[in-house]
Amino acid sequence: MKSEWHIVSNERIAERVFRMILRGDTAGIAPGQFVEVLVPGCYLRRPLSVGDVTDDRLTLIYKMVGEGTARMAQMSSGQTLDILTGLGHGYDLTKAGEQVLLIGGGVGVPPLMYAAKELRAAGKHVQVVMGFNSKGEVFGEDTFRAMGCEVTVCTMDGSYGTRGVVTDVLPTPTPFYYACGPMPMIKAILRTAGTNGQISMEERMGCGVGLCMGCTIETTEGFQRVCKEGPVFNAGALKV
Amino acid sequence: MKVRLGNIELANPVIPASGTCGFGQEMSEWLDLNCLGAVSTKGTTREARYGNALPRIAECPAGLLNAIGLQNPGVDAVIAHEIPALRRVYKGPIIANISGFSIEEYAYVCERIDRETDAAILEVNISCPNVQHGGMAFGTSAQAAAEVTRAVKAVTHKPVYMKLSPNVTDITAIACACVESGADGLCLINTVLGMRIDIRRRQPVLANRYGGYSGPGVFPIALRMVNQVSKACPGVPIIGCGGVSSAQEVIEMMMGGASAVEIGAANLQQPGVCRQIIEDLPRVMRELKINHLQDIIGIV
Repeated sequence: MKSEWHIVSNERIAERVFRMILRGDTAGIAPGQFVEVLVPGCYLRRPLSVGDVTDDRLTLIYKMVGEGTARMAQMSSGQTLDILTGLGHGYDLTKAGEQVLLIGGGVGVPPLMYAAKELRAAGKHVQVVMGFNSKGEVFGEDTFRAMGCEVTVCTMDGSYGTRGVVTDVLPTPTPFYYACGPMPMIKAILRTAGTNGQISMEERMGCGVGLCMGCTIETTEGFQRVCKEGPVFNAGALKV
Repeated sequence: MKVRLGNIELANPVIPASGTCGFGQEMSEWLDLNCLGAVSTKGTTREARYGNALPRIAECPAGLLNAIGLQNPGVDAVIAHEIPALRRVYKGPIIANISGFSIEEYAYVCERIDRETDAAILEVNISCPNVQHGGMAFGTSAQAAAEVTRAVKAVTHKPVYMKLSPNVTDITAIACACVESGADGLCLINTVLGMRIDIRRRQPVLANRYGGYSGPGVFPIALRMVNQVSKACPGVPIIGCGGVSSAQEVIEMMMGGASAVEIGAANLQQPGVCRQIIEDLPRVMRELKINHLQDIIGIV
């Protein structure tokens, strides 16, 4: 759905990481789905995961990585944005047992926040393992704890939490998991934790709505568009 | 707003361009396809193709590069699944876009589409710049373009529109060669060959190195070529394509010589843009004192 959103706030929450809260029509936005933000001055929309949805508020947590997100970081409350919402297939939260594991890396963490909220509301016991490069990039720990999740944070350089990567600290046996993060992390999860989970993929997109075939990946179920059949795939379907 | 492409009447001149609306049905989530003048489907080849390695999209000022590499499920699946799926939600004219890697493949796919679908027009892509050993060679040589045209015309009674590459010195020479070989119409332009480099990684952004540039940045190039071809091939219907994003630009393209207009990159930014353009056209026509779009084709 295409609609206009009003920026309520836009603040830096970690190194190069910003949280933008917008007001608009939040109908039909599920955990793991993404939105496409038309940033004034850029031709293609920016695909961003959904950090939270409450009433008429949408939370986007994004990392400043290029021209589009740099422009977004300069925006402030009162400005409006043209956003396509409810895109792609999100996490199937019905697959979770009573024990659930969320695994996130860097700006792969935000979609897990929204998933955690829904899982906690359904009475699940949620363990969260998050990985970052260093202390300055860490965010979200308090949010998960406030929901009643059990949280483990690790950093590559050991400046915060456990030194190392998420797969060093995964619980065994590993319950059904939902994951999102960079490709090296996804490969490590598949190696270490197996395929009993769902993983959100990230690819450079053209349209984000299934028209251009710019983001197609090969899966065990054939060629699938990350923007349309994804971004969340069953871990066992991925060929990475 | 009615226009004609040869004997085929379109309710309006607006057509989502091949490659920017999937096989059509993908766009139906964003607009009622029945508002469109026609739909140009995703380029179809004999075999199923994955296309090029990722990344195959790169943003540019005023547009994007793509090197999709003709991802499509192959002609069998297009006939069995894609066209029927489009027909469930769309009643209007279908323009079937066809690609090939040999003269025989073009002819084979055209014959199948001709025989087994109700497509109104065959749009033959001889210009796709992003496939190695692909359409490029045909679209950049008048002789090769003529050969494809003759081969396709020999196997179909449907109108054949050759889709031309802008990556040539003189597009009118290619256009005339196609028309002399029996093309019923022309569609131009395909994307303009381009490149982006990731200066941090010191690598091309596209895995395919080069890709086709489309979007508002190519509009003046497309308009100039449509105008040149319309003068060189008088009376031949032209579908103008390249960077069109508004009703005003549709009219500009038609004044330049196009009988209908394809909208490409703009769909990727605004998936409902074709409906918006169609809704805006009557107002813009009134402002410009245009009674019938048919009256302005090629007046400049």
